[in-house]
Amino acid sequence: MTNEHEHTHGHDHDHDHDRTFQPDIEDSPFTHYQVMAEALGELLIDKGIFSADDLRRQIEHLDTRTPALGADVIARAWTDPDFKAKLMENVNEATESIGVDAGDIPIRAVENTPETHNVIVCTLCSCYPRGLLGPPPDWYKSRAYRSRTVREPRAILAEFGTNLSDDVEVRVHDSTADLRYIVLPMRPDGTDGMDAAELAKLVTRDCLIGVSLPDDPGGA
Amino acid sequence: MSERFSVGDRVRVRRAYPPGHVRAPYFTRGKVGEVQAIAGSYRNPEQLAYGITDAERLPLYRVIFRQSDLWSDYEGGPKDTTVVDFYENWLDPA
Repeated sequence: MTNEHEHTHGHDHDHDHDRTFQPDIEDSPFTHYQVMAEALGELLIDKGIFSADDLRRQIEHLDTRTPALGADVIARAWTDPDFKAKLMENVNEATESIGVDAGDIPIRAVENTPETHNVIVCTLCSCYPRGLLGPPPDWYKSRAYRSRTVREPRAILAEFGTNLSDDVEVRVHDSTADLRYIVLPMRPDGTDGMDAAELAKLVTRDCLIGVSLPDDPGGA
Repeated sequence: MSERFSVGDRVRVRRAYPPGHVRAPYFTRGKVGEVQAIAGSYRNPEQLAYGITDAERLPLYRVIFRQSDLWSDYEGGPKDTTVVDFYENWLDPA
C-alpha cells in the first residue's frame, strides 16, 4: 500500500478519513460456531479430504440454486400431467429427467388442493429443499417461525397475507428427518392460456414454502 | 427392511427425554397420531451425530397428528394437522 497521504486530488479534507472505516462483519469477535466451522474446513483441507477448490466449487454450486429453479419445476407440473405424476412420486428423479439436479437429499412434493393447504417448517433446525430453492430466507431459520408454525400456523399465514377458510385443512410438515418438502401450489384461476414460462413467473419462493399463494395473474 | 407399523396404524411417540442429539420434536412426545406413509429407511441420525457411521438403519414414518391433539387449546381450524417424520425407535403402538 502506498502512503495514504499521497493525494493528488484537491478536495478539502478536514475529517480524519484515514481512520474512518465502514463497520464490517469482521469487526465483532467471531462466534464459537464461526470459529469451529473455519477450523473444521481448514482441517479437512489439511488432511486432504477435499481441497479448497472443492469447497469453493460446492459453495458456488449451492449459490446457483435459486427459487426460479423451483418455479420452473412447478410450472412444468402445472402444464404436463405426466411430469406432475412423476414429481409426486419422486421429486429428485422427476427433476433429473428435465435436466435439473435437485441434489442427493430426497425431496417430496406436497400438493395443495381446495381441501388442504400445506406449509413447510423444520422445528429442530432449518432443513429446507436447498437443491430446488437455494438457501432458506432468514425468517425460515428464526425461532419464531420454527415454533409458531406448528403452534399457530394460521397466525403465521395471516402475517404473510394468507387467510384461509376454517373449512380448509392447514397441514404443517415438519422436516425433522431425512426428507425435505416443497409445496405444489394450485394453479391460479385465469391462467388457462399461459405457457410454462409465463406460469413460472407467478410461482414465488414463499408459495413453495407454503406461507403464501402464487401471484394473481391479473394483479402482479 | 421389515417395518413394525403400517399405513393407518395409530402410534404414540415415546415420552422420553434423553440427552444429546434427538430427532423427535419435544412437542410430539407422548402424543398419538396416525402413520400416513412409510418413507424408506435411513441410518439412525441420533447415532450418526456421534460419529457412528455404520449406525443401524431404521424405517422412517410420516405421522399425521390433529392439531387439537398436539395442543389442547388450539384455536385454528378444526381440520388442521401437522405431519412429523419419525424413525421407528420413537414410536409405540397406540
